[in-house]
Amino acid sequence: MDLKTLSLLVVGATFVLYIGIAIWAKAKTTSEFYVAGKGINPVLNGMATAADWMSAASFISMAGLIAFLGFTGGAYLMGWTGGYVLMALLLAPYLRKFGKFTVPEFIGDRFYSKTARIVAVISLLVISITYVIGQMRGVGIAFSNILEVKLEIGLLTGMAVVFIYAVFGGMKGITYTQIAQYVIMIFAYTVPAVFIAIQLTGVALPQIGLGSTLTGSDTHLLTALDQTLMDLGFAAYTSVAGMTMLNMFLLTLALMIGTAGLPHVIIRFFTVPRVRDARKSAGWALVFIGILYTTAPAVGAMAMYNLINTVQPGEIGSPQGNVLIEERPDWMLRWERTGLLQFEDKNDDGRLQYYNDNNPEFAEMAREEYGWEGSEFTKIDRDIMVLANPQIANLPNWVIALVAAGGIAAALSTAAGLLLAISSSISHDLLKGVFMPRITEKRELLAGRIAMGAAILLAGYLGLNPPGFAAQVVALAFGLAAASLFPALMMGIFMKRMNREGAIAGMLVGLGATLLYIFLFKGWFFFPGTNVFPDTAEYWLFGINPTGFGVIGAILNFIAAYLVMKVTKAPPEHIQHLVEEVRVPRVGTS
Amino acid sequence: MTQEESRAAYWRANLRLLAILLTIWFVVSFGFGILLSQPLNSFSLGGYPLGFWFAQQGSIYTFIVLIFVYAWRMNVLDRKFDVHEE
Repeated sequence: MDLKTLSLLVVGATFVLYIGIAIWAKAKTTSEFYVAGKGINPVLNGMATAADWMSAASFISMAGLIAFLGFTGGAYLMGWTGGYVLMALLLAPYLRKFGKFTVPEFIGDRFYSKTARIVAVISLLVISITYVIGQMRGVGIAFSNILEVKLEIGLLTGMAVVFIYAVFGGMKGITYTQIAQYVIMIFAYTVPAVFIAIQLTGVALPQIGLGSTLTGSDTHLLTALDQTLMDLGFAAYTSVAGMTMLNMFLLTLALMIGTAGLPHVIIRFFTVPRVRDARKSAGWALVFIGILYTTAPAVGAMAMYNLINTVQPGEIGSPQGNVLIEERPDWMLRWERTGLLQFEDKNDDGRLQYYNDNNPEFAEMAREEYGWEGSEFTKIDRDIMVLANPQIANLPNWVIALVAAGGIAAALSTAAGLLLAISSSISHDLLKGVFMPRITEKRELLAGRIAMGAAILLAGYLGLNPPGFAAQVVALAFGLAAASLFPALMMGIFMKRMNREGAIAGMLVGLGATLLYIFLFKGWFFFPGTNVFPDTAEYWLFGINPTGFGVIGAILNFIAAYLVMKVTKAPPEHIQHLVEEVRVPRVGTS
Repeated sequence: MTQEESRAAYWRANLRLLAILLTIWFVVSFGFGILLSQPLNSFSLGGYPLGFWFAQQGSIYTFIVLIFVYAWRMNVLDRKFDVHEE
C-alpha cells in the first residue's frame, strides 16, 4: 500500500474513533457540558490535560525551535512545564474548591463585580481566539504537508470532526477524545525518537541517548554536535546563543506565568471530583507532558546532527566533503515538494553547503579557503525537524502515517479545549451571568452548543484566512494570560483584602501595558509597518523582547492592584468568608 | 484551638510548604538551568554538560516531583487540621 493511502486510512481511523466517543459521551446537562459532571478520574484528567495543553506547536514545531536555538531553547521546555508548578500550587486546588464552571465566573464572584467578570471574559477571548488560529493552521499543515491533501479539505474535515464531538459532547466528549488523542500523539512522537536514538547512540531512551556516546565512537553526541556546529561557524549547541541570558530568563518566566493563567487549561481541573484530586491530577498532567517535553530536546539535537551529517558527510572544507546534489536523500526531495526545504547551488559545484554565512569572519574564510559562496539552503522550515524524522531514520510508512495522525490529534485536542473555554465564557459568563440571568438550564445548554458551533466556524475561517501575524500572536496570548488573568486569580486567593477596585485596575493596567509594548514593536493591532520602533534588541526597553514582556505586565498588574486596594475600601464580609472557604478543602468541624 | 485559629494555622502551614517548594522550583530552573548554567557546564552528567541538562531535562523532572510532594504534604495537612475531604 502506498504512503498516501496508508496515511489516510490511519488518520481516518482516528477520526472514526473520535466520533464514536462523541456518540457515547453526549452531554445532557450544563454541568456535563462545562465540566464533564465533575466526575473525571484524576489520572485520566491528567492525560486529557496533557493533550489539551500540548498543541500543534508542541508536537510539530518545538523540537525544531530547540534544534536551531540549542541551549537557550530550554526556555520553552522549562517555561511550558514550570507553569504547571505554579498552577498546581497557587490556583488549581482553590479554583476547584470554588466549584463553579468558568474562570471569569470566579473573578466575577470573588471581586463581586460584573465589570471584573467582563474584563476577564475579554482577556479570555483574546487569549483563546489567537491561540486557536494556530491550531487550525496545525491541522492544515498536517494534512497538506504530510498527507499531501489540499489544506482547505484537511481543515474542513478537521472542523467537521471537532464540531461533532465538541458540540454534542461538550467537556465530557472533549475529555474522552483528548485521552484518546494523547495516546495517539505520544506514541507518534516517541516511536521515531526511539529509533533515531538507537541508530545514533545505541540507547533506546532518547532522554539517555542525548547524553550518550555515538555508536562506534568514544565521543559524546553533544560534544560532536558542538564541535561540528563550531567548525561550520555556528555557536556551540550547548552555549548561550540566539537570545541573551536576560531574555531567556524573562521568556521562561513569562511562559510559566502565562501557562498557569491559561483558562482552557485551568478549567480542566474543574472536572475532577475533589480538591485533592485536582492537586494529584496536576502532577499526572505534568508526567504525561514531561514524556514529550523530555523527548523533544533529544529529537531536536539528533535531527540537527542528522541534518548536518547528511549535508556534510566528509571533512569540512575538502572539495568532496559535501553531499552531491544528485545523490541527496529521498526525504529532502519530498520536503522540497512541499516548499518547506529549498536550496540553491550558489557556487555551482554540484554539492550542497550548509554553514553560518551570517558569521562574517567564517563566511570570509569559507569563501577564500573552501570556495563557498554562501549557505545553500535558502529555506529550512523548522517544522521539518519533526515531520521528516521518520524518513531520515528510514522508518516504515506506517510510522510516517502515525506522525500525521499525531500532529492532527495534537492540534484538534487543543482546539477543542480552547473552543470550550470560548463557548462557556459566552453562554455562561456573558449570557447567563450578565444579560439573561433567568435563562433555563436547557436553554443555556442550547446556547452553549450554538456558541461552540459559532466558535468553530470563526476558528476555521481564521485558519483558512490567517491574519499575517499568526506567528506573533502566540506570544501575545501568553503575555496577556500572564499579565491579566494569573495575577487576578492569585490575588483573589492569597490576598483576602484584595477588592474589586484593585483587581479591575490591576487587570486593565497589566493588559494595557503588555498590549502597548507589543504593539509598539509589532505594529498597532499587528498591521505591518505601523510599529513605532524597529523590533530589534537596541530599541527594546532595557533589552526586553516583547515576547518576554508578560512578566513586566504581571508585575505592573500586582503593583496597580495593590496601590488601588490601599486607597479603597475592604471587600464586604461575605467575600472574605468566600476566600476563607476556598482556602480549605472542607469546612472543619472542631 | 478555635476553628478560626485552626484555619489560620492550616493556612500558615500551607504557605510555609509553598515557600519551600517554590524556592526549589526557582533555584533549579532559573538558577541551575539559566543563571548558573555556564559555570555548571564545566561539570557533566554522562555526556550532558550539567547546566544544559538542568535546562533541558532536570528541571522538568524536578517540577514533576515538586507537584507530587505538594499533593502528598497537603493531604497530610488536611488530615492534621481536620479539613480533609471524604
